[in-house]
Amino acid sequence: MPRPNAGLLTRVAIAVAVIALLPWVVPSFLVFDLIYVASYAIAILGLIILTGMNGQISLGHGAFMALGGYVVAVLAHSAGWPYWIGVPLAAIASGVAGLLIGLVALRLAGVYLALATFSLAVATPSFLKHYKSITGGFDGMSLQPVQAPAGVPLSGQQWLYYVAWAVAGVVFLLSALLVRGQFGRALRALRDNPIAAVSFGVNPYFYKTAAFGWSAVLAGIAGGFYAIPTAYVSPDTFTSALSITLLIGAVLGGISTFWGALVGGIVVEFLPLVAQQINAAAPSVVYGVALILVMMFLPDGIVGGLLRLTYRFRRAPPQPALESSTPSAAPVTVGPQSRE
Amino acid sequence: MTSPVRKAAIGIFAAAFALAATGSTIAPVSAADPGVTDTEIVLGGTHPYSGPASAYGNIGKGIGAYFSYVNDKGGVNGRKIKYIDKDDGYSPPQAVQLVHQMVEQDKVFAIFDTLGTAVNTAIRPYLNQNGVPQLFVATGASTWGHDYQKFPWTIGWQPDYQAEAALYAQDILLNHPKAKIGVLYQNDDYGEDYNVGLKRGLGKHQDQIVKMASYETTDPSVGSQISTLKASGADVFLIFATPKFAIQAMVIAAQQSWHPTIYLNNVSGAVPFMNAAAKAGGLSAVNGVISTIYLKDPANHARYAGDAGMKLYNEIMTKYLPSADKDDGNYLYGVSIAYTMCDVLKKAGKDLTRKKVMDIATNLVEKDNPWAYPGVMIRTSPTFRYPITQMIAAKWLATDWSPTGLLVDTRAMTMAEK
Repeated sequence: MPRPNAGLLTRVAIAVAVIALLPWVVPSFLVFDLIYVASYAIAILGLIILTGMNGQISLGHGAFMALGGYVVAVLAHSAGWPYWIGVPLAAIASGVAGLLIGLVALRLAGVYLALATFSLAVATPSFLKHYKSITGGFDGMSLQPVQAPAGVPLSGQQWLYYVAWAVAGVVFLLSALLVRGQFGRALRALRDNPIAAVSFGVNPYFYKTAAFGWSAVLAGIAGGFYAIPTAYVSPDTFTSALSITLLIGAVLGGISTFWGALVGGIVVEFLPLVAQQINAAAPSVVYGVALILVMMFLPDGIVGGLLRLTYRFRRAPPQPALESSTPSAAPVTVGPQSRE
Repeated sequence: MTSPVRKAAIGIFAAAFALAATGSTIAPVSAADPGVTDTEIVLGGTHPYSGPASAYGNIGKGIGAYFSYVNDKGGVNGRKIKYIDKDDGYSPPQAVQLVHQMVEQDKVFAIFDTLGTAVNTAIRPYLNQNGVPQLFVATGASTWGHDYQKFPWTIGWQPDYQAEAALYAQDILLNHPKAKIGVLYQNDDYGEDYNVGLKRGLGKHQDQIVKMASYETTDPSVGSQISTLKASGADVFLIFATPKFAIQAMVIAAQQSWHPTIYLNNVSGAVPFMNAAAKAGGLSAVNGVISTIYLKDPANHARYAGDAGMKLYNEIMTKYLPSADKDDGNYLYGVSIAYTMCDVLKKAGKDLTRKKVMDIATNLVEKDNPWAYPGVMIRTSPTFRYPITQMIAAKWLATDWSPTGLLVDTRAMTMAEK
């Protein structure tokens, strides 16, 4: 099993340092926005593993976020359970749901899977409205804002920021460990050539279902950290548009590296806000144009584009991708787009 | 290759620490409330300019037009109004983030006319915790008037849906005492509020409801619901729906040769919607439909030909939103609610604080809103926070709404319930 290289460790160290220091540098409302970036990044990471590495397209991960968000909210609202119990339970609930959906997904591929998962996303708000006694129906549920524990000299918002990013760090690390070596190779092999993979003894049922389950675990955690800062959940919080947003984030960020999740999270959080600054009357038009431009000029996403730029600058050719199991921005473009 | 990266890392650390050091010296808080200077009042709001409810975005545009008009006239007590209006896409988390930004970065004085029940429910705790007024929210849920003790910084504006439905119930008991009632409602809080009001208004006559059918906003059509309602033998039909489904309901009922007495909720009763229904289903689909009015209808050119308020509306729209469809009642709603906002700021005087504005907003008597239906007042007290409680029943006759009977005030009824 190859060891992560020094360059990667440096990059990770920089990322951690920047994340740790940001709350002391940026205005408070931005700290608040960055909590959502953590949530998006975790959810998009799941999609990068599922769609980028394993080739299963999901347009339904908003539904797993909804499940996670509602598990946290219902436990806190109805039973008074603290968030630190709620979020792990959200991960478990969502993971179980993901495994079940993953079993169904085995029978579907490509656009059929995309459509089937999208129907999940579409059905979720109606489902939440229907089970009123549990979910609070359309009115949703208000939650308690987070307070820092006694003795910690942070505002509730800063505390939540650090918790969210610490959790993000842990799930990024766990995911990296998971997809290193055999597991990751099997996922990619099943994406690139399922028949060859199976004939080499890769069990498609196990790996595809596991990928679905793990990505749902991540979406469930993300849902928790989507609901907690908002301090409110309602069916409108988890519309079908959220599922599409996640996939957009994965594609824009770069679906072939873990860094794509980080960048994708930043993009889906801030692009709508920036779009409004550019043209208040038609933010969705600006958003759409930005999407098209990135797709045209950065087919490997923003991270892929940055990497290409770096290599042009250094006049060194990119290293071949598929051998590297480094789960990150190593000179890798393992996405389908790179296979010209 | 690590050495340049390390250098960069050290650089970033150093820069971040330097920034952190400067960032920690926070400016002292001034005594006055944020968002007010000698020349300016900053207000913030969010509307759905994108997403499923984007038609309501025109309310925000109408507000912007009215504030521009007021600013060009010299502003309010010498201060210009700056309205920061953002797109929340009808999404609660998005609205929460925008409102945080408005309060913490843009330093708004108050939040005004955020739209939608879920959006407003989501931002309400934060605004109340921070003592930021959440004024005249654009939703008819009853919670804005009902829960003021828990959320003293929040107030609604338009008549609440429950009161409107109770009014229909009164009308039915008066004019159709033997009615067999069928109801079509949207399956969410909006439809639910109407149902609560209807049942309350019917009181012990609730058993006259023979059938209730619901639809989801994602349904393509309400055809099957209409069939069930017709089959139930109902002869009075209440439509608690958003415009698209309300039009469908009237048209399909006519196509199925079902001609009950129809009561239609206010938000779906604008003239363009009625005309659309008449065009698709014939005059019999809409003639005699009963609804309520509390604002003037800009599409009703004949009725308001000589009306000073409507003249001003047309002037404002022509000057500040020249390409807009003036007949769209959402613009008029925006202009009208912005008038109330300016009225409150004006009455609060030169010495403006959040608390004072809240006091004025909860002790309001506004008799002269140029776009309220004649006689409709905007009236509140600290313990009664339903600003508009008056409505008039109106019957659709051929081409427009004819008010029938007298202006009804649901104030006493609402008070008795609380």
